[in-house]
Amino acid sequence: MSALRTAYGRGARTPRGTAHPAAAAVRRRAGVRAALMALPLLFFAAFFAYPVAAIVTRGLHEGGNWHLGRIADVAGDAGIRHVLWFTCWQAAASTALTLLVALPGAYVFARLDFPGRRLLRAVVTVPFVLPTVVAGSAFLALLGRDGFTDSLFGVRLDTGVWAILIAHVFFNYAVVVRTVGGLWAQLDPAQEEAARMLGASRLAAWRRVTLPALGPSVAAAALMVFLFTFTSFGVIQVLGGPMYSTLEVEIYRQTAEVFDLPTAAVLTLLQFAAVAVILALHGWAVRRSQSALRLVDPALTAHRPRGAAERTLLGGVLAVVALLILLPLGVLVARSFDTPSGYGLAFYRALGSTDGGTFSVAPWQTVGNSLRFAAIATVIALAVGGLAAAALVRRSSGRLVRGFDALLMLPLGTSAVTVGFGFLIALDKPPLDLRDSWLLVPLAQALVGTPFVVRVMLPVLRAVDERLREAAAVLGASPWRVWREVELPLVSRAVAIAAGFAFAVSLGEFGATVFIARPDDPTLPVAVARLLGRAGALNYGQAMALSTVLMLVCAASLLVLESLRTTGSGEL
Amino acid sequence: MRTTARRAMGALALATAAAIVLAACGSDSKDKGGDKAAGDSGSKTVTLVSHDSFAASKSVLAEFTKETGYTVKVLRGGDAGAAVNQAILTKDHPRGDVFFGVDNTLLSRALDNGLFTPYTAKDLGQVPAGLQLDAGKHRVTPIDSGAVCVNYDRGYFTAHHLAPPQSFADLVKPAYKNLLVTENVSTSSPGLAFLLGTAATYGDGGWQGYWKQLKSNGVEVVDSWEQAYNDRFSGSSAGKQAKGDRPLVVSYASSPPAEVVGVTPEPAQSPVGVATGTCFQQIEFAGLLHGAKNTAGGQALIDFMLGKAFQEDMPLQMYVDPVRKDAALPPVFTKYGATVDHPATMPPDKIAADRDDWVGSWNSIVLK
Repeated sequence: MSALRTAYGRGARTPRGTAHPAAAAVRRRAGVRAALMALPLLFFAAFFAYPVAAIVTRGLHEGGNWHLGRIADVAGDAGIRHVLWFTCWQAAASTALTLLVALPGAYVFARLDFPGRRLLRAVVTVPFVLPTVVAGSAFLALLGRDGFTDSLFGVRLDTGVWAILIAHVFFNYAVVVRTVGGLWAQLDPAQEEAARMLGASRLAAWRRVTLPALGPSVAAAALMVFLFTFTSFGVIQVLGGPMYSTLEVEIYRQTAEVFDLPTAAVLTLLQFAAVAVILALHGWAVRRSQSALRLVDPALTAHRPRGAAERTLLGGVLAVVALLILLPLGVLVARSFDTPSGYGLAFYRALGSTDGGTFSVAPWQTVGNSLRFAAIATVIALAVGGLAAAALVRRSSGRLVRGFDALLMLPLGTSAVTVGFGFLIALDKPPLDLRDSWLLVPLAQALVGTPFVVRVMLPVLRAVDERLREAAAVLGASPWRVWREVELPLVSRAVAIAAGFAFAVSLGEFGATVFIARPDDPTLPVAVARLLGRAGALNYGQAMALSTVLMLVCAASLLVLESLRTTGSGEL
Repeated sequence: MRTTARRAMGALALATAAAIVLAACGSDSKDKGGDKAAGDSGSKTVTLVSHDSFAASKSVLAEFTKETGYTVKVLRGGDAGAAVNQAILTKDHPRGDVFFGVDNTLLSRALDNGLFTPYTAKDLGQVPAGLQLDAGKHRVTPIDSGAVCVNYDRGYFTAHHLAPPQSFADLVKPAYKNLLVTENVSTSSPGLAFLLGTAATYGDGGWQGYWKQLKSNGVEVVDSWEQAYNDRFSGSSAGKQAKGDRPLVVSYASSPPAEVVGVTPEPAQSPVGVATGTCFQQIEFAGLLHGAKNTAGGQALIDFMLGKAFQEDMPLQMYVDPVRKDAALPPVFTKYGATVDHPATMPPDKIAADRDDWVGSWNSIVLK
């Protein structure tokens, strides 16, 4: 698109006399893009494409022959088709429900100014890192027999589709609040106000001005929620029961239990096909809706709730957060203090000893492991995802670049057991001999974190008004100053949100982590799972206590990350 | 703009470089101790590959180092099924010297894939013949045994003046309608063991009818042991918190002592009892991995695992019974544990041959 504009933008400083400065700029830009894409491509080739291809090939290519007939057999099986159908529609329904419930929350957290806002925004992200078995159990306590809904309304939702959908909203609420809210907080309210001044109704102004501006970030959030629920495992098992199965559950069963790798390989291919369709839909939707926006300092857009409507909205959102998120979390915290000899700290004290036998280190030491892995995974995800987003920021993209965008999202839609087993058989020889290296864990976690970084940063990067940069340049600002004073303040919020996501994802990642055999340095979720797998009050209580620690670690990390960002811009 | 992008790229490249350096340093410092040393033939490290439930006291492992000079490094990945499958996938480049945690339900899969090199452990004579399932070839050595049994909530049956069930036949009686929760046989190993127990008792053609009766008697099926025992069962402390309402659950013979460990003051009885006529035997084996780098160290480790110190440490570490006849059980096991005299058994090759078919029929009988 803007070869001319770029030439103009740099006009003041470009030496004249080259024959075709515009054409040269285009070529140079292509070069820059290729350079930006190199590292992400290498990362995905080595730690995603290669391991996944290795495990799929192992399944379909046995004893020197290709067993491609299996594809038709498995894909044609009525049971498998039913699983595929259920996987897709529950993900679509979960995504729709999450958007419905969380979009008002995104507005409230982005635009309204109320006491405890930052703390609450960190707290709603906590479910995101909780092991699903633990959170599922809390949901059973609320939705099951004698639970909250049963004693109040006589409704039991403990097994079945509704329990699955509600739990998916619980887990993914923060994805919408943070992704959409991040952009919403920076949208210039003057645009909507101008529309209203020109006579548009409040609704019309919102629909015509704000909604289109939010489009890309809503699409990004929807995509991530869809992929997360598409690969749902624990929620389906705990709240759906054995009657419900997703592709993720089937792949786990075929790989880890039945050991039917050919079937698992076909199921993985099916998963890829479904994810490819969704990515294509998403790409199509985004290409129709992107526009440059006026971004401003979030501190300028937040205001105290005005009028009855806004106060009602705030009240409604807080009520939803209290019922849907705080209540289940509260159940877990309460259980962590509920010892056989009354309420007390016995389970927390037990976390400091190795007597239980579950670990060769005291369980609380897993906090250090988790923080270390998550920090490294976050740095990797920010580097890989940031470079990728920078490469993707120009929209005049060819198929190749769009394919690159899609590739980055694939790990979210891929089974954790496929990645875990793939690592095992692919990364075991030079030059990539990472067998038993602790590095495998943060690498697997970064694979899941990177898509979040890309999806959070891309809408904001694209929204940065080109003219702002150009104006600054024309006024004589050096490129470094343009970056520091124009772009960085606008993008820094997105970087912080992206880092928060990557960190939270790494902290909570369980699936791939558990399959990567490593020396005895379990992460928090793995430790919780080990404790839950053993009978006895002490083990269960410690699992609850450790889950509470995980919640605190997550909330505290997010608050610290957010305060890092606000030191410069003074946002509340 | 291009310059801006380049700056951005510069900053990110810097971050990447930092990440790589960070990673490289970390792995280096770690590798110096174990991994690289393990490559040497005269290595002093022996690597044990196992599942997530493996546990041993630090002091006992230190004793091994003192006796033999070898240090044990433990690698764990996933549950028992996943760990065995991983070992098979990596059999050309084994990740360690010894594998521990293959049980009788998975044994044939491991042996048929040629996972192990034969080794006759020093104290094998101390192990009852009935537990030595590979007695002819000694590719694996039995290390521990246990049983999957129906557990009952003592409080419930006392309060309802009802005798707890004792056998498979009891479970289908109207008195126990809607009381039992079990696990999905295709996702849970105790669930599968319970199915195998019914098949061993009622025969290849009889267990289907038994399960139809069990279903009409209101058996509930959940996906994992964690859910069954911690959420649905009314007798466990976790289940009490979660308001579980099923007083019968498929669990382990060792659950009763596990329920009282750490509880003060010590109760007179465990809140959980065992229906001893509903048990299926589980034996876990260790084997020297084919292609192990440290064969001598691996053999020493297998000998040690069959030694008295390790055998007597296991019950409280992994809630299993020792296989050595002369190993003493800890007091909490003798006081609260159940004695299972004649658990149901089934030869591993029969399990391997029938399991997939049975899981399929079970699915259509119980879940559809």
